[in-house]
Amino acid sequence: MKKGISFRQAFYTLLKRDLQIAIRHKGDIFNPLLFFILIVTLFPLAIGPEPKILSRVAPGIIWVAALLASMLSLERLFKADYVDGSLEQMLLSPQPLPLMVLAKVLAHWILTGVPLILVAPLLAVLLHLDSNSYGALMATLALGTPVLSLLGAIGVALTVGLHKGGVLLSLLILPLYIPVLIFATTAIDAAGLNLPYDGHLAIIAAMLVGSLTLAPFAIGASLRVSTN
Amino acid sequence: MWKWLHSYADPERAYNLSGKLLPWFAMLAIALIGIGSVWGLAFAPSDYQQGDSYRIIFIHVPAASMSMAAYMGMATSAFIGLVWQIKSADWAAAAIAPIGAVITFIALLTGATWGKPMWGTWWVWDARLTAELVLLFLYLGVIALYASFEDKVLAARAAGILAIVGVINIPIIKYSVEWWSSLHQPSTIRITEKSTMPTEMLYPLLINILGFGLMIGAITLIRFRSEVLARNSMRPWVRTLAKAQGVK
Repeated sequence: MKKGISFRQAFYTLLKRDLQIAIRHKGDIFNPLLFFILIVTLFPLAIGPEPKILSRVAPGIIWVAALLASMLSLERLFKADYVDGSLEQMLLSPQPLPLMVLAKVLAHWILTGVPLILVAPLLAVLLHLDSNSYGALMATLALGTPVLSLLGAIGVALTVGLHKGGVLLSLLILPLYIPVLIFATTAIDAAGLNLPYDGHLAIIAAMLVGSLTLAPFAIGASLRVSTN
Repeated sequence: MWKWLHSYADPERAYNLSGKLLPWFAMLAIALIGIGSVWGLAFAPSDYQQGDSYRIIFIHVPAASMSMAAYMGMATSAFIGLVWQIKSADWAAAAIAPIGAVITFIALLTGATWGKPMWGTWWVWDARLTAELVLLFLYLGVIALYASFEDKVLAARAAGILAIVGVINIPIIKYSVEWWSSLHQPSTIRITEKSTMPTEMLYPLLINILGFGLMIGAITLIRFRSEVLARNSMRPWVRTLAKAQGVK
């Protein structure tokens, strides 16, 4: 039997494939981003344009919008592969499933999480965020959005075989997102008051490390259940 | 010991065993909750600060602690079902989920009615309350996921994975009042040291906690039995059982 490709090769092949597919369908990258920006724009219109109120609620608005954008974009993480059968091929391949899943989630984060982090400071300016909160905003988004992708992928993997997955998905993963949201927004608030926020960051980093090691196994198990 | 335990993975034996255990659980639960509630509501001394309104503790604390215990029970049986592929464990997890959701709702409701006279508000966005609310959402997520699969074998596995992932929330609820400064009071029952509660209030509370545990056990057994019957409706033993009950 021919010797299979190494783990690293498998990881990079899958990562490159997912990135290429997304680059060819540019809507996949821009639609969640547009959604994120639109949600944030709705709040000043709904609450009123006073800078004082806006700067107070800005961290919460940006984070809730990030949560929703991440959830919406996640829905397509496994869907196309499930429909055209390449997901089953992945499950059948000799490479360990958690590794492949990690590559897919990483690709998803690069495509949706990173643009979101890049556009966040602009939205923060629009919402009059305190100038000393920017560092905390960027740091929490950089540490928090991968956690969102990893946790969300569990929910997506569980519902990929269902027809009416959309509403169910939000019920499954939003409760899991809540701890990230709480620590991220309190960190940004603390930074706004010139208080130390590295403790909050450490907890978000701990969540990232924990989900990075455990979530791929849960995602893999869920995919095996869904594809059966 | 393992061999003895494994024989109960067989649906028929599990069904019969739970049928035998059910009256014991039910009788003890009724007796304990009766004693604990009457003692707590009528005979326990009233609190020097909170007056008589503290008495809702005899419902609130048992419901809250059992909401977590039921979740752990559900996650444990889901884990057993996933790892050792024992279907009875999956059915048990599916049986516990709605009960846990209701008991969590009771804990939230009694907490809110207690909070209104004491804190002056029905609800605060405080760590413990929020975490308990998240627990309710987790239960609802498990129930919704279990309901949305046609194939109940797959449904139990998928819901089981979700239940296991959600276990992270349990220590957060348990220790939230110690980790964060919170409006919610810290727990008054200590297992290793002396409780910060007079014994004449403590005993009815402990009796009620035990009673609530047994009540959840009893309702779980009822639901488990019907779940076993529903999942095995094509098996000969279920048919003979149904015939014996007079079903044509």
